[in-house]
Amino acid sequence: MRYLPLTPDDRRAMLARIGAPDVDALFRDVPKPALAPLSKFDLPDTQGEMEVERALSKLASRNVAAGAAPFFCGAGAYKHHVPSAVDHLIQRSEFLTSYTPYQPEIAQGTLQYLFEFQTQVALLTGMDVANASLYDGSTATAEAVLMAQRITKRGKAILSGGLHPHYAETVETVAGLFGPMQRTEVTPGSAEDIIALIDEETACVVVQSPDVFGLIRNLRPIADAAHAKGALLIAVVTEIVSLGLLEPPGAQGADIVAAEGQSIGNGLNFGGPYVGLFATREKFLRQMPGRLCGETVDAEGRRGYVLTLSTREQHIRREKATSNICTNSGLCCLAFTIHLSLLGEQGLTRLARINHARASALADKLKALPGVELVTDAFFNEFTIKLPKPAAPVVEALAAKGVIAGVPASRLLPRGFDNLLILAATETNTDDDFAALTKALQEVL
Amino acid sequence: MSMNNQGRPSSAGEAFPASIATISGDRGLDHEEALIFELDHGACGVDLPDVKVGEERLGGMRRKGAVGLPGLSEPEVIRHFVRLSRKNYAIDSGLYPLGSCTMKHNPRLNEKMARLPGFGDLHPLAPQSTTQGALELISSLMNWLTTLTGMPAVAMSPKAGAHGELCGLLAIRAAIAARGEDRKRILVPESAHGTNPATAAFAGFTVDEVPAKPNGHVDAEALKAKLGPDVAAIMLTNPNTCGLFEGEIIDIAKAVHDAGAYFYCDGANFNAIAGKVRPGDLGIDAMHINLHKTFSTPHGGGGPGAGPVVLSERLAAYAPIPLLVADGKGLRLIEDLAAAPDGAKPFGRMCAFHGQMGMFVRALTYMLSHGRDGVRQASEDAVLSANYILASLKDVMSAPFGDGPCMHEALFDDSFLEGTGVTTLDFAKAMIDEGYHPMTMYFPLVVHGAMLIEPTESESKASLDRFIHVLHTLATEARAKQTARFAGAPHLAPRRRLDETAAARKPVLRWRPDPLKQAAE
Repeated sequence: MRYLPLTPDDRRAMLARIGAPDVDALFRDVPKPALAPLSKFDLPDTQGEMEVERALSKLASRNVAAGAAPFFCGAGAYKHHVPSAVDHLIQRSEFLTSYTPYQPEIAQGTLQYLFEFQTQVALLTGMDVANASLYDGSTATAEAVLMAQRITKRGKAILSGGLHPHYAETVETVAGLFGPMQRTEVTPGSAEDIIALIDEETACVVVQSPDVFGLIRNLRPIADAAHAKGALLIAVVTEIVSLGLLEPPGAQGADIVAAEGQSIGNGLNFGGPYVGLFATREKFLRQMPGRLCGETVDAEGRRGYVLTLSTREQHIRREKATSNICTNSGLCCLAFTIHLSLLGEQGLTRLARINHARASALADKLKALPGVELVTDAFFNEFTIKLPKPAAPVVEALAAKGVIAGVPASRLLPRGFDNLLILAATETNTDDDFAALTKALQEVL
Repeated sequence: MSMNNQGRPSSAGEAFPASIATISGDRGLDHEEALIFELDHGACGVDLPDVKVGEERLGGMRRKGAVGLPGLSEPEVIRHFVRLSRKNYAIDSGLYPLGSCTMKHNPRLNEKMARLPGFGDLHPLAPQSTTQGALELISSLMNWLTTLTGMPAVAMSPKAGAHGELCGLLAIRAAIAARGEDRKRILVPESAHGTNPATAAFAGFTVDEVPAKPNGHVDAEALKAKLGPDVAAIMLTNPNTCGLFEGEIIDIAKAVHDAGAYFYCDGANFNAIAGKVRPGDLGIDAMHINLHKTFSTPHGGGGPGAGPVVLSERLAAYAPIPLLVADGKGLRLIEDLAAAPDGAKPFGRMCAFHGQMGMFVRALTYMLSHGRDGVRQASEDAVLSANYILASLKDVMSAPFGDGPCMHEALFDDSFLEGTGVTTLDFAKAMIDEGYHPMTMYFPLVVHGAMLIEPTESESKASLDRFIHVLHTLATEARAKQTARFAGAPHLAPRRRLDETAAARKPVLRWRPDPLKQAAE
């Protein structure tokens, strides 16, 4: 086996030093009936690199990659161009094959980029501090609700109907153990009256902007109303590129921002791994979940970085920890940091504007089609249209024509929104893509 | 000094005194590197057109101020991150004996496969007819995981080991609720990973610690005595964090089941027994599998991980959505709680979409490469290598449970350092100067000054022999009170010991622009 360096001679010599007759003698604590012979595992035997590559490539070829078709899916995961330098750098052995930086003297590379990542996330969201990432946007949102429950010592969370339904379900599954989760009515293309629901028992209000239908929301009035009742506002962002053009949640009064960072630096990967961004106000710092990197000095007074405030974390605090999380999304947040470093202020601003311009142009084309109605009038790079018939079969019919038309709302909200289709357009979409979509859609409608 | 015929010195020259400061502050290949924000000079590393956009579709929410990001060109960005990378230790550059972390080789074929556009560039909500290959890959991986563990079902969506623990406990919670019972207590051995008690609390349970016996095994009698009608589950790591297989596990499982509770196994150490022992044969009800440990997906400086959870017949029905089912048209994901098939009672959802697909591709690539025989051989080699280290060092280092064999990791305590003035921390830091990453220290908590060494199956005998020689010499010197190597180590790393107390007392968690410089501008 090409990955195993020990030869049969090595193994014999090692057993002799140990004083064991054979390797099974080392498994002597395992109850005899539990030692399974190889024949109990109905699985294939070892294969060479070429054979494995052939098998995996065959599976991959049965999927339609986003780059292989006119492609308009969003709803929490976005197709963007990732510069070549990003993937090259994250595959450097020193990043790829290192562990959590528990020995800071020989992990300054990881620690410094985490410090840079935390700064970038704080700047983008307009918040004071950010952690070194969580698993993804949905679990970051659940952690945000748990944190609000701890801070306010209240249980109830109000979840906007515009919150991505997968996020809402994730929050309900985890934070629902500690208080009632109230989801507001879903109102595609308009803002529901969430303020009226906030009361003295409310720990937090969770609002996504742009929301799952693409609608840009004004968070300020909700933040003010929440604060007046002693509740927190959790702002959720699933398309982080939007913050290159839109007012950040921090400037609108958000107390915690939970976001998905996939759009910067990371591929679609069929849903994961992604990178959860998590930022808050300085005063809530010690209630934050997850890893934090901080600046300090070494024994010679030189600047350096360490993991810090770990008394919040499970390996020190055990059952009293702020979260059970034990990892971050290391390589994905490195990819985020590198891509955002390449973009810089000018690149991010331009990228965001291009995204909005592309989506706007697509919206104009689609709403001109007979029977098609634009549901979202204020959006970033994603919007919802209403078709004259159910969207799911339309999407399947368009897929058969080689166009991946978007996400039918019924895939996320199974009841009552059958005719709605959520589409995203990014810098990767060409005019030819638009023409292919409008032509195919006309044929199907 | 000899010269060549251009007058260029051709001898190696004199030693450069370590005490002399360089002009640049850099030292040869070791470059000091500023923060990316300090390198800002208004350049840009991408070429994008400057498109104007109107206000009419922004709902009045256009950003008013700048973000404050630095601007650098591509070569500058690449140099910055390459320089940072060189300050990291990595498995690819040396033995990485972190116990409980499994720093094994990460095959590059896995990386290549995860980047095939059919996987890496596939949208999670693309029409299911266009993702059949991805669903088949997940199905294949599920088959490997259930076959290797001897368990009937597996939930794929948990994103890391701790997330898998949560998934397992939420399934247990749902099963208890379905029985109309109220059980709130979870038994956790004191040697457990910190995530176990943290997860139990996270899932709304209370934690009751079970002591370890002097031989490093869980105290099965104490555990049985704690069982009762309010106990929901036990969380046991096997092999345990002392590197020992819990031989009484089948008895324990029976007692737990007889008391109406469930058996959660922390599968962090599955890499010791994969292809040798099926956890399903031991009576467990749920176990997460860290794909980034046993199945070699890269640790990446702390993530991303993946933590699928295998489930027994008693818990299978409660697996979270999404569920993967086969029907006449192929494979299909059920993503809606209300659409669960007959008999399924999903407890909820762990995350958006379907789990860590990028890690699934890597893990399946590893499995297909090894095959069942290679997986078994890897487990045997990992156990053999750990025992080789234990046998070679126990004459100078103190092995608290050193009489019998260990599994995949060798545990030492600090009693061999008693009276030397050298601590476990000093010993570990001296290893850095010798070119090694330290072992796991001060964990597990059940022995004093723990040093937990996990060599994995990826080291050659020559590499192990060299490592043993270094540790043997360090231990011998420490015991002889020759402490020069230990005081203040490391001396030869990019940084000396860092002041962690200062970092926590006055946290600086982000860069901020220099106010003086800003005022001048």
